[in-house]
Amino acid sequence: MSQNSSNEVGTARVKRGMAEMLKGGVIMDVVNVEQAKIAEDAGAVAVMALERVPADIRAQGGVSRMSDPDMIEAIQAAVSIPVMAKVRIGHFAEAQVIESLKVDYIDESEVLTPADYEHHIDKWKFTIPFVCGATNLGEALRRINEGAAMIRSKGEAGTGDVSNATTHMRKIGSEIRRLTSMREDELYVAAKELQAPYALVKEVAATGKLPVVLFTAGGIATPADAAMMMQLGADGVFVGSGIFKSGDPAKRAAAVVKATTYYTDPKIVADASRGLGEAMVGINVADIPVPHRLAERGW
Amino acid sequence: MKVGVLALQGDFREHLLSLENCGVTGLAVKRHDEISQVDALIIPGGESTTISKLAKTFGLFELIRDRISSGMPVYGSCAGMILLSREIIDPASGQDSFGGLDIVVRRNAFGKQVDSFESDLDFKGIEGGPVRAVFIRAPWVESHGPEVEILASVQVSNLSHPVAVRQGNVFATSFHPEISGDFRVHKYFIDQICSKAQK
Repeated sequence: MSQNSSNEVGTARVKRGMAEMLKGGVIMDVVNVEQAKIAEDAGAVAVMALERVPADIRAQGGVSRMSDPDMIEAIQAAVSIPVMAKVRIGHFAEAQVIESLKVDYIDESEVLTPADYEHHIDKWKFTIPFVCGATNLGEALRRINEGAAMIRSKGEAGTGDVSNATTHMRKIGSEIRRLTSMREDELYVAAKELQAPYALVKEVAATGKLPVVLFTAGGIATPADAAMMMQLGADGVFVGSGIFKSGDPAKRAAAVVKATTYYTDPKIVADASRGLGEAMVGINVADIPVPHRLAERGW
Repeated sequence: MKVGVLALQGDFREHLLSLENCGVTGLAVKRHDEISQVDALIIPGGESTTISKLAKTFGLFELIRDRISSGMPVYGSCAGMILLSREIIDPASGQDSFGGLDIVVRRNAFGKQVDSFESDLDFKGIEGGPVRAVFIRAPWVESHGPEVEILASVQVSNLSHPVAVRQGNVFATSFHPEISGDFRVHKYFIDQICSKAQK
């Protein structure tokens, strides 16, 4: 498509702006065309196309990688909402492949097995925008410094246990609030302690928010989980295994969408919570040995 | 004058900030009584399928459609343009529009996110140089009726596609002035449409 030469693609504004459009919405993990259509019908703002939801990755073990391009393209053809796909931490060649498929957003995700235990992907080099996970403010700012255009809490994916997402959202929020209360000459040490670039720390201290959209992810399974995360300051919600590992996915998907929009209205969240059938079974994060916790991946 | 910003989903906060920059205090609205009480409405960028479905589920769809057809000033950006169209090409199942503009829109007309772009646009009725326009998985106007005024267009493969249109009190852009920080588009809506409708 030939456009005016003055048109600029892949600018920070275009990448971050895409995430702004997802705000107040729910992004759902889907493993096939049928699930993608259910998600779109339920009002999802985007779908994450992957071969196995985190609960199955956890159960089956082994090395988990980027999905088959055929599977991703089938989902792109089936829905009109944005399609996201995951790549392994640091695996820039998987990211090149996903970009060539014209996927709308890449999740450089700890849910897959990391490909590089030192470096994340240099995301500035890509036209496609990236979302990355974070457990605290320093980690979020390091990812933004590498070019992430959207951040999500890591939570503990595939568990249905929301406690880690809560911890991460509270941590990021409290660290931002702490920065806003500091004297300007204290921000240098704050940057050192957060292990984050001073310029980003200064920006957050001045604005009181991340320079990119902040979603929540990891263990969200019910409408009330979504409402709590929104009240803790999330701009929107990722639901992974929570929907399609439950008894009535279509109904639960629509219910989480409703609760995410009307998160301050307990009556609507209550109505959305009625008769949803069985929730995903779930695993307590505390029962997972530390080496098997996905949130520990990435640094 | 009370200007509401539909807050079901999308970048409604950026529209509220844009209004503030024009000296207008906007209201985030998502309940029946809130929408009934505003004098003008902005439909933000977001996912048009999600906004349309939520509006139906919560019984807001007819209210918004009726208020638009009875002359309430309304501005839609991107998803908002889709929702103000008469007809959507290739809609998602169950996706309907409020109407108000006699236009047919094509969703994701410029392509996928990797094709999203920003550009300078000449905008009829806005002075002080071109408007900085951010297009994100944006729609364009495929065809339109005689009463629709074209305010800005984009050239693609030597074809001109309208990206800013107005019909009476209904106004829409394919792009996101609320993201670019160029508040002249919101000022146009307030000064040229809302203020005049009040008289």
